[in-house]
Amino acid sequence: MSANAGPVTRPSPPAGGPGVRRGILGWARRRRSGVRGAWLAAAAVVAALVVAPLAGVLASLLDPSTEVWRLLWETRLVEMVASTFVLMLGVVLGTVLLGGGLAWLTGVHDFPGRRVLSWLLVLPLAMPAYVLGFVAIGLLDAPGPLQSAVRTLTGAQGALFNPRSMVTAVVVFVLALYPYVYLLARAAILDQSPTPYLAARTLGLGPTAAARRVLLPLARPALAAGAAIVAMETLTDFATVQYFNVTTISVGVEQVWHGMYDRGAAAELASTVLVLAALVIGGERLLRGRARYDQRGGGHGIPPIRLRGRARWLATAACLAVLAVAFVVPVVQLGLWSLDAESLGLGRQFVGHMANSALLAGVTAALCVVVGLVVVNATRLSRDWFTPRLAAVANLGYAMPGPVLAIGTLLLLVGVDAALGAVGIEAGSALVTGSVGAVVFAYVVRFLALSSNSLDASLERVSPTTTMSALTLGARPLRVARRIHVPQLRSGIGIALVLVAVDALKELPIVLLLRPFGFETLSLWVYRSAAEARWELAGLPALAIVAMACIPVVTLFRLQLQPGTRVAEPQAPAPASSSHRRAGARRATRRPRP
Amino acid sequence: MTSIRPRRRGPRRLVAAMAALLVLAGCSSAADDDVVRVFSARHYSLEPAFEAFAAETGVDVEFLYGGDTELRERIAAEGEDTIADVYLTVDAGNLWLAAQDGLFQPLEAPELDGAVPDNLRHPDDLWIGLSRRVRAIAYDPEAVDASELSTYEALADPAWEGRLCLRRSVDTYTQSLVASLIAAHGVEGARPVLEGWVANAEIYNNDVEILDNIAQGDCDVGIVNHYYLARLLDEDPDFPVELFWPNQDDRGAHVNLSGGGITAQAPNPDTARQLLTWLATDGQSAFVDDNFEYPVNPDVEPVELLQQFGDFVGDSINADDLGSHNREAVALLAEVGYE
Repeated sequence: MSANAGPVTRPSPPAGGPGVRRGILGWARRRRSGVRGAWLAAAAVVAALVVAPLAGVLASLLDPSTEVWRLLWETRLVEMVASTFVLMLGVVLGTVLLGGGLAWLTGVHDFPGRRVLSWLLVLPLAMPAYVLGFVAIGLLDAPGPLQSAVRTLTGAQGALFNPRSMVTAVVVFVLALYPYVYLLARAAILDQSPTPYLAARTLGLGPTAAARRVLLPLARPALAAGAAIVAMETLTDFATVQYFNVTTISVGVEQVWHGMYDRGAAAELASTVLVLAALVIGGERLLRGRARYDQRGGGHGIPPIRLRGRARWLATAACLAVLAVAFVVPVVQLGLWSLDAESLGLGRQFVGHMANSALLAGVTAALCVVVGLVVVNATRLSRDWFTPRLAAVANLGYAMPGPVLAIGTLLLLVGVDAALGAVGIEAGSALVTGSVGAVVFAYVVRFLALSSNSLDASLERVSPTTTMSALTLGARPLRVARRIHVPQLRSGIGIALVLVAVDALKELPIVLLLRPFGFETLSLWVYRSAAEARWELAGLPALAIVAMACIPVVTLFRLQLQPGTRVAEPQAPAPASSSHRRAGARRATRRPRP
Repeated sequence: MTSIRPRRRGPRRLVAAMAALLVLAGCSSAADDDVVRVFSARHYSLEPAFEAFAAETGVDVEFLYGGDTELRERIAAEGEDTIADVYLTVDAGNLWLAAQDGLFQPLEAPELDGAVPDNLRHPDDLWIGLSRRVRAIAYDPEAVDASELSTYEALADPAWEGRLCLRRSVDTYTQSLVASLIAAHGVEGARPVLEGWVANAEIYNNDVEILDNIAQGDCDVGIVNHYYLARLLDEDPDFPVELFWPNQDDRGAHVNLSGGGITAQAPNPDTARQLLTWLATDGQSAFVDDNFEYPVNPDVEPVELLQQFGDFVGDSINADDLGSHNREAVALLAEVGYE
């Protein structure tokens, strides 16, 4: 009966055997129908809250600024869309190869330093792309140390190359963003049962072929979730790309808004970013077809392949090289810059900035995980076609350039304030920008996709039949969510907390526009210095962001991803396996579309 | 069968504590007699100047910095709920727009009459300039003789092909300079100049990059704000780049204004007026010297280091007119394919 259960995220009801159907329908009849309605309602509320700040901005689409569009069409639009596509494609491919490759290397192989390297490789997550961007220009530009050294050695004159190019931009983004893919892919590999892989090996496939034909397909939801995150980060970036003279649509948004003072036209342009993001995510789902990735039994990980001879040291060297370029070199450069600074600005202020950053990151991460859990559970527990759509809508905030989301939130809160005022409730400035509440709200809207993508990738490994069995046996949906989904989602929850917390530490445009008076953070300090090209003053706060972001990253690894303390212990099989004892092996069934 | 025990290790307590902190962090009162709140897109040397003001007058200055556009949008959106008394920007375009949108109230401060020249303040007294940042030509003395330089327009000459370094079109200083060309020559008159620039130039992300590349020998000339070079010369007096004041025989060098006004809904208009007046008079040096900018007040001497740049004639166009051309400038930059 389990084999016929429909995929979780499909709108169509499962073509289940009579037993299942009777059970489910029976359950629905027995329980008050309101219980399930509550999940639908919760998902609807979340989706509405995410859409509300976007709607204020997108309302301008109803009255398009034809003049600006005509100008864009005649001038830069084609180029902007093309650069955006090329950049996104390059970065997604690069991060999937690098992040996925490193996850495969550290997850399935044994080589010197593997355990330490496997978590050190997450550290570049802590390095904001805009910081890596200005470090890269500083190091690689004609007056920088690299070209100067080469000129001194060779006696060459003039610039050897110009680092302001699409290629450098792609490399910088890949180095800054690969940890998103790496983290999710690594969790997927570690949570896998070795059986299919070992079976493939027994049947004569070499390690690489077995990885390609078994591990890779099973890791696909994780790779896709990581790639979607990376694509959206790239699409909505408007600062890093400018170091490299790459004019994406998000840069165009800034140009139209700041230079032509046309917020409406800027919002219309920003909505094309949304469309692109929707295409990316929808495209992946479409390619995935009806394949399912649920697995049964606790994951024990693949027994590591012991690398021999030169390969061992090559593996170590490869990991070290990535770590050096993406993390060590920029950290050293930032350190040198902050040594140059006349005054470091240490003191009371600095501690306050750090505390504010930590507070925002902590609250946002916790809220995003809670809301994300509601969204993924609602999707899983609901059986209508509507809830998964709502869940997809709830991810839209991440696909909107930060400044546009910030102004959308501002306009929304002002509208709510006015509406409250009309019915006699005077909220004053408190509701709008009088507290950090506005920032936290916008953060949750923006980063919800990070947490729900991580949770969703985790939940893909839980068979829908497990959920159904539990429901059939009479458990209430909330109990199913709490007792079955959440425990199995622990690695997803850990990753979601880290991704959101780290992204919130790095976030700039929203906190810049919406923060209350006197509330300053580290990222604002970096911005203030970098905006006027005072790298030496930006070094210290940038390092502080990196150091703070390392805390959740390291904690995650110590708690969850070290072998032996992983999510599903062999001796404590998850309910999934207990209800399907006979099916010892996991599946990655790919069935043709009907 | 193993049961999964949900673990709760005090996350609720943590969440409650964080929520309490959030509320506390958001507390701030609005109207006081001895405070003035500033929304500032200007970042430099605010703290020392504001501290000096507080010491002299007993009025505390609280400020929030941000982007020019974002702060203007926020003041507009907050309307009568705003707690901003003063809006300071580094961009004439946003001053013009804020005045257009009714975000300022008249300054009505007679002390300002001699202190700020007419072309550096709003015709209807809605805002004043506080410091001048001159968009000048920087050059490599080893590759260029000062006699080869004359005007911004002349840099469009094919003689400068591959030798000119400019800043991106997204940048407000680039837009403002083009707006001044449009004000002088009209859109069609400015077009060939921009086309020449595009044919000649390499584009950089900020003025410091341009100056470093001139020093290194990769660019021969560039257009930069004068204080970036002053800052580099302050660190290294031998920094091998020279400054040239363009257009001295016609309209003068283009001046970017940093300025501000009292917001229309200011809770504390009196302290706001007091602060702006002080910044334009007694506080001029404290406000501009740290960043090597030129004061607007003709009675105030610029900081010593600027003497080596010599005197200059600034474009006398009113900054308000400049702002009105910014939109056309952005359109023209896009049309000629300026990166």
